Amino acid sequence: MTTTEKRLGAAANFVDERLGAAGWMKKSLNKVFPDHWSFMLGEICMYSFVILLLSGTFLTLWFDPSQRDVIYEGVYAPLKGLKMSAAYASTLDISFEVRGGLLMRQIHHWAANIFMAAIVAHLLRVFFTGAFRKPREFNWILGIILLTLGFLEGLFGYSLPDDLLSGVGLRITSAIVQAFPVIGSYFSFFLFGGAFPGVGFIPRMFTIHVLLLPGAFLAVITIHVMLVWYQKHTQFPGAGRTEKNVVGHPILPVYMAKAGGFFFIVFGVTAFLGAVASINPIWLYGPYTPGQISAGSQPDWYMGWLDGLVRMAPPLETHAFGHTISWNILIPALIVPGIIFTLMAFYPFIESWITGDKREHHLLDRPRNVPNRTALGAMSITFVLIALINGGNDILATNFHMSINQIMWFSRIAIFILPPIAFIITKRLCLSLQRSDRDLVLHGRETGRLVRMPSGEFVEIHEPISAEKRWILTSHEQRAPLELPPVDARGVKRQQALKNKLRVRLSKAHSVAVPKVSAAELKEIEQH
Amino acid sequence: MSAVSMEIESIDNPGTPVHPPRAADVNPRAEKRAEQQVALLFALSGVGSLLLMYAYIFIPLDVFIFVPVMGNQNAHQLFLGLGMAFSLFFLGMGAIHWAKTLMPETEVVNHRHEFRSSPEDREAFVQTVKEGVTGVKLGRRKLIKGSLAASLGLFALPPVLLLRDLGPLPGKELEKTSWKAGTRLVTDPGNRPILATDLEVGAVVQTLPAVPEGTERLLSDIAKDPVLLIRLRPEDFQLTPEKFAMTHDGIIAFSKICSHMGCAVALYEQQTKHLLCPCHQSTFDVTRGAKVIFGPAARPLPQLDITIDTEGYLIARAPFNEPVGPSFWERNSQ
Repeated sequence: MTTTEKRLGAAANFVDERLGAAGWMKKSLNKVFPDHWSFMLGEICMYSFVILLLSGTFLTLWFDPSQRDVIYEGVYAPLKGLKMSAAYASTLDISFEVRGGLLMRQIHHWAANIFMAAIVAHLLRVFFTGAFRKPREFNWILGIILLTLGFLEGLFGYSLPDDLLSGVGLRITSAIVQAFPVIGSYFSFFLFGGAFPGVGFIPRMFTIHVLLLPGAFLAVITIHVMLVWYQKHTQFPGAGRTEKNVVGHPILPVYMAKAGGFFFIVFGVTAFLGAVASINPIWLYGPYTPGQISAGSQPDWYMGWLDGLVRMAPPLETHAFGHTISWNILIPALIVPGIIFTLMAFYPFIESWITGDKREHHLLDRPRNVPNRTALGAMSITFVLIALINGGNDILATNFHMSINQIMWFSRIAIFILPPIAFIITKRLCLSLQRSDRDLVLHGRETGRLVRMPSGEFVEIHEPISAEKRWILTSHEQRAPLELPPVDARGVKRQQALKNKLRVRLSKAHSVAVPKVSAAELKEIEQH
Repeated sequence: MSAVSMEIESIDNPGTPVHPPRAADVNPRAEKRAEQQVALLFALSGVGSLLLMYAYIFIPLDVFIFVPVMGNQNAHQLFLGLGMAFSLFFLGMGAIHWAKTLMPETEVVNHRHEFRSSPEDREAFVQTVKEGVTGVKLGRRKLIKGSLAASLGLFALPPVLLLRDLGPLPGKELEKTSWKAGTRLVTDPGNRPILATDLEVGAVVQTLPAVPEGTERLLSDIAKDPVLLIRLRPEDFQLTPEKFAMTHDGIIAFSKICSHMGCAVALYEQQTKHLLCPCHQSTFDVTRGAKVIFGPAARPLPQLDITIDTEGYLIARAPFNEPVGPSFWERNSQ
C-alpha cells in the first residue's frame, strides 16, 4: 500500500465510521449515465446557473440597489453631471471603474440568456422524446416551475440597473399589475412603494433577485437533479437497451470527467461571449425618466413572445358600474400565458389519459413514432414564434422596410391559422418518416451504386442495414387506440358518455401510425 | 378500458454492441500522444490564467486597441475576458479529451426496478398512518378540530397584514396629475414657458406643468404629467365642439402617457399626424382627438384643456378631466 492510499484510506475511514457512507457511495459511483448529446442540454442549464451565482455574487459587491438620487461624477463623460439613481450610477461604475466589472456584467447577462435558452431546449427535448412519462411527471412539473421562475428572475435582473430601457419594462410591469381587477392598484402601490416608479421597487426587486428566487432555484434544482439520480436517466432505444436496464458510462471516472469538463467548457464559452460580445450597454440608454423612451424598446428574447402577444391584442376594455377591466392587458399578459403554462404542466397526465397508458417508461420515443405529440409540439413552437416575431415587429419593420401594421395584422391572423397548419404538416412528416424507416428495414440502404444487368436493365444496389439499426427502427411499440364501448365488458353502462367519446377520438388520433416491420415480414424478405 | 396492444412479434434485441478499440487502446504510441495532447490542453488553460492576471494588473482601463471586425475594443476588458475564457475552456477540453481517449470506454449495464413499493410495505404504511390518525381521534374531538381550524385561519392573516406598510394606499393618486387651472405649460427640458405665437404649424413640444423656482420634480409626477403640444391648422381638426373648444388656435395638448401601458408616446409622424407609442405600437390620430386607429390601446390619449394667459403664455384652463395612463379597476370612464 502506498502512502497516498494509506492517507486516503484513513480519511475514508474517518468519514465512514461517522456517516456509514461507504455502501451508498459505492452504489452511487457505479451509477450509470446513458450518453446522448441531447442529455447535455439540462447540464448546460445547471452549469449556467452556477455561473450566474458566481458572477452575480461578484456584481453585488459593488452594486447599490437604491433609487436615491445622485449626481454622476464617474469617468463616463457623456453622462457626467446628470441626476440618476444610485442603482444606475453604481452599474456605470461597475462597467467603467471596477476591473473585470464589465466582463462580469456581460458574463452574467450572457449566462442568463444561455440559461433560459438551455431550459427551453431541454424542455423541448424532454417533450419530444416523451421523457416526461410515468414515473417522471413530478420532474416535468418541477421543470415548468423552473422555467416560470426563470422568466421572473430574468425580468428582475435586467430591470435592476434602472436605465431608460429597463425602466420602460418596469412601467409595463406596473401596468400589468395595475390591470388586476379589484386589487390591481393596491398591489401596484404596495409593490412600488407608492405611485410608479415609487421609491421601493429596485431595492425590493434586488432582494428577490439575489436571495429569494436563487434560493427557490437552488431548492427546486436540487430536487430536480436528485429525482433524475434516484429514478435513473432515461435512454434512447438501441441495441442492448430495454425498459428494465440502463446502459452507459459509470459516474467514476468517465461521466465525472466529461460532465466536469463540460462545466468548464460552458463557463469558458460564456466568458468568451462576455469578453467579445457587448450585451446590454446601459450607458447608451441613459438614466430612467418616465417621460422619455427610446424607439425600438425590446425586452430580452425570452419575454419577447409575451410582449408580442400584448402588441397583437385587440383594443378591448370593459367599462361598467364605475369600473374598468383591461382585457387588452389581461388576456395577452396573464390569461393566455396562464392557460399555456397550466396545460404544459398537466400535459403528462393529459397524454396518459388519452392513451390509457399507465406503465413506467424509461426508453425514449423517437419523435416520429408519436406523430400526435410531435405535431402538438410543433404547433406550440409555431405559436410562440409568431408571438416572438410580433414582439420584434418594430425592429423588423425598420430593418426590412415593412409596414408595422401589416406585420401586426399578419401576426393576429397567423397566430390562429399557422399553428394548426404546423400540426398537420408535422403529423404528415412523422408518418412519412415512419414509412421511410419501414422501407429502410425492408429494402436496406441505398448505396448509390448502379449496376447494369445482363438484360440491359439498371438497378441500384441496396445494402441491408445493421442488426443494431434494424432494432432501433423496429423496437418501438405501436398501441391500438382505446376502446370504450357504451357498455363495458361486465355489461354495465359506462358513465360520462360524452367524455368517453372525446377520449376515444383523441386516442384514435394519437395512435395513427405506419405499421412497423414485424419479424415475420423480415424473415419473408430474407428468404427471397 | 385497457388498450388492446397491436404488438406484433418483434425482432430480437441484438444486445449491447462491442466498441472497436480506440487507437490509444492498442497502440502505445497513440496512447503517449493522447497523454501529451491532454497535457497540452491543460497547459493552454494555464496560459489563459496567466493572461488574465497580466491583464488585470498591467493593462490600464483606458487603453483601446483596434481589432478587425470588432472595431475599437477596450484592451483591459478584452484580454481579461479572453484569459478567463481560455483558462476555463481548455481546462474543460483537457478533461474531456482525457475521458474520451484514455479512460475505459466499456459501457456498464445497471438494472432498473419498478418504483412501486412492495404490497407489504404499502399495507404497513397504511396501517401506520391509520394508527397514528385514530390515536389522535380528531373525528371525536369536535371542539379541538373547530378551534384548530379557526386559529389556523386567523394565523394566516397576520403575515398578510404585516406587509401593509409596503406602500401607501392608492387613494385618488392614480386619478390626479399636477395640472391645475392656470398652470403654465413649460418645455421639457428647459422649463421655459411657451408663447402660443411662437409655435409654428407642425411644431411639437414636450411640456410639463410649471413648478415654482427651485422645486424638484418627483419621478412619480413625471410619470403622469408630460403633455405633448402639437400645432396644426385649425381646419385640420375633426373634433367634437367640446374637444375643439379645448384647443387654442390650432394648438392641441395630449397626455404623453400611453393609455395602454403607460409608456411615453414619443413618436409623431408629421405627414399623417399620427402619434405612435414605441412600446406596443398603439397609434393615435391627432386630428381626431388622439383616437386609437391601430394597436392594443383602447382609449384615446386624454386631452388637456388649454388657453393663454394675459401675457400670451400657454396655460391649462382646467386639470385633465379623466385619469391619465393605463387603466385600473377603480377608473370610472364615461
